[in-house]
Amino acid sequence: MSRLTLAGTIPLDVPQGAGRGAPLPPSGRGLYPMFLMAVLATVTMLFAAFTAALLIRRSGSDWIAIELPAIAWVNGGVIVVSSALLELARRALRSGAASVAPLWLGLAAALGLLFLAGQIVAWRALMAEGVFLPSSPHAAFFYMLSAVHGAHVLGGLGALGWTLRSALRGAYTATMHRGLSHAAVYWHFVGALWIYLLILMRIA
Amino acid sequence: MTGHAPLPFWRRYIFSTDHKIIGLQYILTAAFMAIVAVGLSVLIRLQMAWPQTLWPALERILPRAYEGGVLLPEFYISMVTMHGTIMVFFVISLALVSGIGNFIIPLHVGARDMAYPFLNMLSYWTIVPACLIMLASFFVEGGAAAGGWTSYPPLSALPGALPGSGLGQTLWLLGMALFIASFTMGSLNFLTTILNLRTRGMSLMRMPLTTWTMFVSSVLGILAFPPLTAAAIMLLFDRHGGTSFFLPGGLVVGGQVLPFDGGTPLLFQHLFWFLGHPEVYVLVLPALGIAFDVVATFGRRPVFGYRTTVWSLLVVAVLSMIVWGHHMFTSGMNPYVGEYFSIVTVAITLPFAVIGLNLIASLWRAELRLTTAMLFAIGIISAVGTGGLGGLYLGTAASDIYFHDSVFVVGHFHFMIGVVTSFGIFAALYFWFPKMFGRHMSETLGKVHFWLTIGPVFAAFIAMHYLGLGGALRRVYDPTVYEYIRPLQQMNVWITYALIVAVVAQLVFFVNLVYGMLWGRRAEENPWQGATLEWTTPSPAPHLNWAEPPTVFRGPYQYRVNGTAEGYTPQHVPDRMDQSAAEALRGPPAEPTLAGGPE
Repeated sequence: MSRLTLAGTIPLDVPQGAGRGAPLPPSGRGLYPMFLMAVLATVTMLFAAFTAALLIRRSGSDWIAIELPAIAWVNGGVIVVSSALLELARRALRSGAASVAPLWLGLAAALGLLFLAGQIVAWRALMAEGVFLPSSPHAAFFYMLSAVHGAHVLGGLGALGWTLRSALRGAYTATMHRGLSHAAVYWHFVGALWIYLLILMRIA
Repeated sequence: MTGHAPLPFWRRYIFSTDHKIIGLQYILTAAFMAIVAVGLSVLIRLQMAWPQTLWPALERILPRAYEGGVLLPEFYISMVTMHGTIMVFFVISLALVSGIGNFIIPLHVGARDMAYPFLNMLSYWTIVPACLIMLASFFVEGGAAAGGWTSYPPLSALPGALPGSGLGQTLWLLGMALFIASFTMGSLNFLTTILNLRTRGMSLMRMPLTTWTMFVSSVLGILAFPPLTAAAIMLLFDRHGGTSFFLPGGLVVGGQVLPFDGGTPLLFQHLFWFLGHPEVYVLVLPALGIAFDVVATFGRRPVFGYRTTVWSLLVVAVLSMIVWGHHMFTSGMNPYVGEYFSIVTVAITLPFAVIGLNLIASLWRAELRLTTAMLFAIGIISAVGTGGLGGLYLGTAASDIYFHDSVFVVGHFHFMIGVVTSFGIFAALYFWFPKMFGRHMSETLGKVHFWLTIGPVFAAFIAMHYLGLGGALRRVYDPTVYEYIRPLQQMNVWITYALIVAVVAQLVFFVNLVYGMLWGRRAEENPWQGATLEWTTPSPAPHLNWAEPPTVFRGPYQYRVNGTAEGYTPQHVPDRMDQSAAEALRGPPAEPTLAGGPE
C-alpha cells in the first residue's frame, strides 16, 4: 500500500498562530533593517549600472545634450519637501503627538503623488519641444531613468500608504514605529536618488 | 497545546507559504523545464553528429523546424539559444539555488520558515509565468529567441535581424525580467533568513557549508543581477522605442542602412557579463556546499578546513565581481585591461583551490559510505577539478584568444555549470529525499543512475575540449563545412552517443524518484546519522519544522567523536553540560513576534 507523504504538509502540534507569529530567535530582531538594506543594495546596483551605461554612451558621436525641463528640478524640490514632511511625522510620533503624525504622513504621500504627476508634465514639456525617446541618447536616458525611478517611487508610495493606514489606526507609539522609520529610509533614498540622477543628467 | 487548523488543499500544495513545499515546487518546475532543455540538446547533438541527414520522423513531430526533413538553420540557432537559457536560468538556478535552498536553509539554521513566507510564495509564482513565456516563445511567428543565451545585440536588438529576433526575443526579455524579479525576491529572503532567523547558538561559524554557499549566492544574486536588468531595459528600449543604446551606425539589414548611430554592443556585453560571471559562482558554489555536507556525513569525519573554506567562499565572491572581462578578451579591449582581467581571473584559482583541496582532504582517512549521494558528491569534486583546469586556459588572454568561441569553451562550461551543478542537485536530492518525502529512494537504481551518468558526461565533455583544441567552433550549424575539422567529425558522433546514454540514464532517476516517493522504504528521523539540525525533525519534515526550534551547541560536523555511542555529536546536543545549564542557555521565552504586529 503506497501513500505519498510530503514535507511541509504534515501539521505539527504547536500553539495556535505559530509560524508567522512564532517567537524570533535573539538574532531575528534586525530582520527588517537587513531586508531594507538588501533592497537598497540591489536598487543601488541597478542605478550604478545605468550610470556606467550613461557615462560610456555619452562618448558616442551622436550624443546631443538636451536642456532638462525646469519642472524636473521643481520635482526634485517636491520630493525633498516630501521627505522633510515624513521626518516631521516621525518627530511628532517621538514627541508623543501621535494624532498629528497622520497629517504629515498624508501630506508627504500627497507630495509623492505630485512628484509623479510632475514627471509626466516633464515628459510632456520635452515632447512639446520635439524631444522624443529616439531624438538623442541623452533624451533616451532622461525618459528611461525617470520612468525606472518613477517605478521605485510608486513602490515607496505603497509603503507610505501602508504606514498612513497604520498611523490612522493608532498602531504607532512614541517608541514603536519601526515600519514608519523603514518606509522613511526608503523614501529618503528614492528622493536622494532623483537628485543624483538630475545632477548626473545635467553634467552629462 | 492546541493543534492549528489544517490548511485547505490549495494553501498546502498550490499557494503554499511553507518553504519546503515551495522548494519542491521549484524542483518540480525545474524538472519540467529540464525535459524541454535536454530534449533540445538531443536535437542539437543529432545535428552535430549527422548534419546532412534527413529526419522524416522528426519532421512529423516538429514540421516547422524540420521542413523537408532537414533541420532549418534558424531553428538550430534558436535551439542553441533556448537550451542555454533554460538550463542556466530555469533548471540549474531553480532547482539548485531556489529549490534546494528553499528546502534546506530554514532546516539548517533552525528556523520555522523563511523570513518572509508570502514573499517566498510570490517569488515562486513569479517564476511560473516566466517559464510559460519562455516556452510560449517557441510557438510565435519566427520562433524562439536566436541571439544566443547571452542575447548580444545587434542580433537581439533588431527585430528583423533573424526570424527569432522578433517576438521570440521580446518574450525572452520578458521571461528573463520575471526570472530576475523572482530570483531577487528569493535572494532577499535567503539573506534575511540566514542572517536574522538563526536559532539560539547557531552562530555564522556553526552553519553547515551548504547554507554558507547559499548565503554567498544570495549576496551575489542581489548585487550582480541588477546590471542585467538595466541591460534588458535598455535592450527593450532599443527594440521598441527607437533608441540606440547598443546599436552602432552603419548597420545594414535587408539591404537597407538602419537609422541608428553611436551605440555600442560592447556596453551590453559588459553589463551582461557583470552578471554572467558571478552567476557561475551563484550556481557552482551551492553544489560545492552540498558536496561538503554529504562528504562529511558519509565520510564520518569533520570537514577539513571549515574556516578556510568559509573565508575562501567570501574571497571567491568578491573576486567574481571583478573578473567579467575575461569573457570579452576578443572584443578588442585594451591589452592592459585584458592583462588585468587575466590576473584577477587566475587569482580566483587560489581560493577555489583551497575549497577543492579542503574537499579532497575531507575524504582523507574517511570511513567512506559509498551511498548514491556520496558518489555524486565525489563526482562533483572530480568535475570541478577537471572543468576548473580548462578555466585556466580560458581565463588567460593569450590562450583564450585561440579558444574563444570554440567547442573547448562549451566543454569547459558544461563541466562547471552542467556537470558540477547537476551532480549537486542529484547529491542533494538523494541526500535529503528522506526529509522531503519520508521515504528512501532505491540505492541500486541510484548507483545505476550515477555510473550511467558520470561515464558518458565525462567522455563527452572531455572530448569537446579536444575538438576545441582542433579548432571546432561553437554554434555552427554544420561542422562538416570546414575541411580542417572534418577528420574529427567522428568524435562528434561519439559525443552524441555518449550524451544519449546520459539522457537515458536520467529516465532511471525519474523512475527511482517516483518509486521512492510512493513505495520507497520508510525513513526514520535521522537515517544517515547526520549531525546537522534537519535531522532532528521527523521525516518528512512537518509544517513549521519543529514544535520548539532546537538550540545549537556546536559546529555542524562533529563526527568521529570519542566517548559517544554513535561516534558523532549532533549540533543540538549539549556537551558536558547538565540539563539545567542547557535550559539556562536557552534563555527566557522570546516575546517579539515575527510579522504579527503592525510595522
